[in-house]
Amino acid sequence: MTRKQVHLAAHFPGVNNTTVWTDPRSGSQIDFASFVHLARTAERGKLDFFFLAEGLRLRELKGRIHDLDVAGRPEALTVLGALAAVTDRLGLAGTVNATFNEPYELARRLSTLDHLSEGRAGWNVVTTSDAFTGENFRRGGFLNRADRYKRAGEFLRLARELWDSWHPDAIAADPETGTFVRPGAIGTVEHSGEHFTVQGRFTLPRSPQGRPVIIQAGDSDEGREFAAANADVIFTPHGKLEDGKRFYADVKRRLAKYGREPHQLKIMPGVTFALGDTEEDAAENAAYIRCQQVGPQTATAFLEQVWGRDMSAYDPEGPLPDVEPDLSEGVSQGRVPIKDRGDVAAKWRALAEEKGLSIRELVIEVTGRQTFIGTPETVARLIDEHVQADAADGFILVPHLTPGGLDEFVDRVVPLLQERGAFRTDYTGTTLRDHLELS
Amino acid sequence: MTLHLAVALDGAGWHPAAWRESPADVFSARHWAGLVAEAEQGLLDFVTIEDALGLQSTLPDAPDDRNDQVRGRFDAVLLAARLAPLTSRIGLVPTATTTHTEPFHVAIGIATLDHVSQGRAGWRPQISPRASEARHFGRREFPPLDLVLNRPGGVDLSGDPHVRDLFAEAADAVEVARRLWDSWEDDAEIRDLATGRFIDRDKLHYADFAGRFFSVKGPSITPRPPQGQPVVTALAHARLPYEFAASSADIVYVTPHSAEQARDIVEEIRGLSAELKIFADLVVFLGEDAARRKARLDELDGAELVSDAAIFTGTVRELADLLLEWRRAGIQGFRLRPGALPYDLAQIARGLTVELRERGVFRHEYEAATLRGLLGLPRPASRYADLS
Ligand SMILES: Cc1cc2nc3c(=O)[nH]c(=O)nc-3n(C[C@H](O)[C@H](O)[C@H](O)COP(=O)(O)O)c2cc1C
Repeated sequence: MTRKQVHLAAHFPGVNNTTVWTDPRSGSQIDFASFVHLARTAERGKLDFFFLAEGLRLRELKGRIHDLDVAGRPEALTVLGALAAVTDRLGLAGTVNATFNEPYELARRLSTLDHLSEGRAGWNVVTTSDAFTGENFRRGGFLNRADRYKRAGEFLRLARELWDSWHPDAIAADPETGTFVRPGAIGTVEHSGEHFTVQGRFTLPRSPQGRPVIIQAGDSDEGREFAAANADVIFTPHGKLEDGKRFYADVKRRLAKYGREPHQLKIMPGVTFALGDTEEDAAENAAYIRCQQVGPQTATAFLEQVWGRDMSAYDPEGPLPDVEPDLSEGVSQGRVPIKDRGDVAAKWRALAEEKGLSIRELVIEVTGRQTFIGTPETVARLIDEHVQADAADGFILVPHLTPGGLDEFVDRVVPLLQERGAFRTDYTGTTLRDHLELS
Repeated sequence: MTLHLAVALDGAGWHPAAWRESPADVFSARHWAGLVAEAEQGLLDFVTIEDALGLQSTLPDAPDDRNDQVRGRFDAVLLAARLAPLTSRIGLVPTATTTHTEPFHVAIGIATLDHVSQGRAGWRPQISPRASEARHFGRREFPPLDLVLNRPGGVDLSGDPHVRDLFAEAADAVEVARRLWDSWEDDAEIRDLATGRFIDRDKLHYADFAGRFFSVKGPSITPRPPQGQPVVTALAHARLPYEFAASSADIVYVTPHSAEQARDIVEEIRGLSAELKIFADLVVFLGEDAARRKARLDELDGAELVSDAAIFTGTVRELADLLLEWRRAGIQGFRLRPGALPYDLAQIARGLTVELRERGVFRHEYEAATLRGLLGLPRPASRYADLS
């Protein structure tokens, strides 16, 4: 039997403090050249796909626009459309909200991307529905949290009806007979449900993949169920070995209920990494990056999100002050809220006291350490081990630098994964479904 | 001064039987890449790309069952983005409907097109009055449209209150887009190491738009586009859309059928706006055998071609004469709709441009790197710039 294959994707650096902009090597987050650089690097490394996140309102802290992290992103599908022109095989996946879009239009845009990339489109279906984001849209914050996945599920069913509505051989384009569309080949969609009532014909022939690859990134029980029913890929935060195995087993177990096989849903945690020539170098590099990621002002901002109050009076290089968290309302908008802030604050305090940490040291300690730290050999081994141990089917790599943050990984880790027989040495198919072994 | 020249791309050309003469895969990127490369070779100002949120049809407000014409279209903004990296100077102006779309999404889509093309984006906002398209969304009920809009000179729907609302909504959508494009001042990104701030939040602004049809808070999630504001263009056949274009657009496309009509339309529009650039639309079949080619296509289609725009058949020399005559009537540029692709586009790009150049009215090389630059439109400062 051949070795279970690792799947890898490249996440364009996002708008939280994982992305380091203070480094002299940090380039533009919006110039098209940065997107081209990362996409071409990913394609050079034979990665499965390129991935873009989305946030439809700028984040705010204490009622003001958050100014410490990288901000400013393009419209995801438009950039992916442009990247289709400068790549040949790489999958192109974008995050697009199901709450603040309409199925007919979005299905059409995704089908267009699939056509224009010859079968490389992917859609990360997210369901964020807060009223804060809603203020940018016609409907405002119209949807209860409880109904988000119901709407998303119906959205996707309707999108599939639209994608499937043209017969696969609909286009004859035969000048001899004068038949452009085969008679009866364009079906009429009639959908009437709780969230959508849509009637009519779709405007595009079936796309090369039939349907774009569906990715899901929520973590709640409903989110996992939605993924089991609908998704081809899950983008999850569960990147650590034991945690990953639990998540993997949980989600794969849910598939049978929908008549699906375990291999039909790929589990890909989002992971960060820090490399070095020796283990010590790598550890030092990791610590250095963490320091860059959590500058003094960022440390204060993290504290404020947990404490729910202004903490700017306290020196981030000094000790945690003796103030209680304000649990009434959060101060942060446009992010997934922190659950149980009171408990989190208590844990942080205990840790700071036990280890004698300053505010900044504390935040560095408690917020995301890199998932994989080590020499290229170590990181390649860890990635392969996680996949072979069914903690994941692969990973979405989140570099900390734009646009060169994946260069070293592709140059040094990918060849080692290939040597291990765990990763393709070249693309064997043309579509994203091919790469993900879904077709 | 150079005459402005654009081409309108759609399917296999503007004659419904055009695909039968020169079969092309209109659902491939290659087809479009070839067309836009040809247009850029000809040093044209820009290409527009047609779009709608419903299938092409010969009926006023329902899909037809014609099997002998091109049916199906790409989303034009994405198609334009796909073409951007393949070109370097020509403007890219997709159509995007304002009726059923989210103004926020459209605004960031066009801003993104401007980023990926390094300042060559435009937008043709379009309304959709059709009940059949409204049913693709199921959010609003529209009265059925019982007129075929595609007739000489277009149709004046100015008196229809439903259509008036759609234009009012379109004007709001453009206003929102312009506010969002301005909402990041040019120097909002500061990367200030000393204070740890990536952006200067005082240079980001809420759009704070609240209108009859929607409200949008802002700011944009996308930094200011390279052109500041991409170029907004509108097709207009009557008073109401003239008013929309005058208040909202940088360029209007009009459909006169003679130099006199052109003069009248220019006069009417100049009464509304001194700045708006006025382009005339023409469907063109070019070459010595243009009339025969068109007749053959008409025969294949089973009907004589009808269009809102005037239909020209003749040589590029004759067309150049006509363009210059209309130019004297106050028309500043032309959006030519090639009857059949790629043939009539090649005639424009390789023939008409040469003819016009010989007459001293067309560029010898691209003189600017942005679409605004080609059109002689200044880059606007953000409306919020002096507030902070
Ligand atoms: C790894 C990961 C990445 C996500 N990326 C995005 C994103 O880019 N944009 C967005 O609006 N939501 C994003 N989300 C939010 C989810 O899609 C979802 O809306 C949110 O987590 C709430 O869903 P849940 O209750 O199922 O967790 C992400 C979530 C996860 C776990």
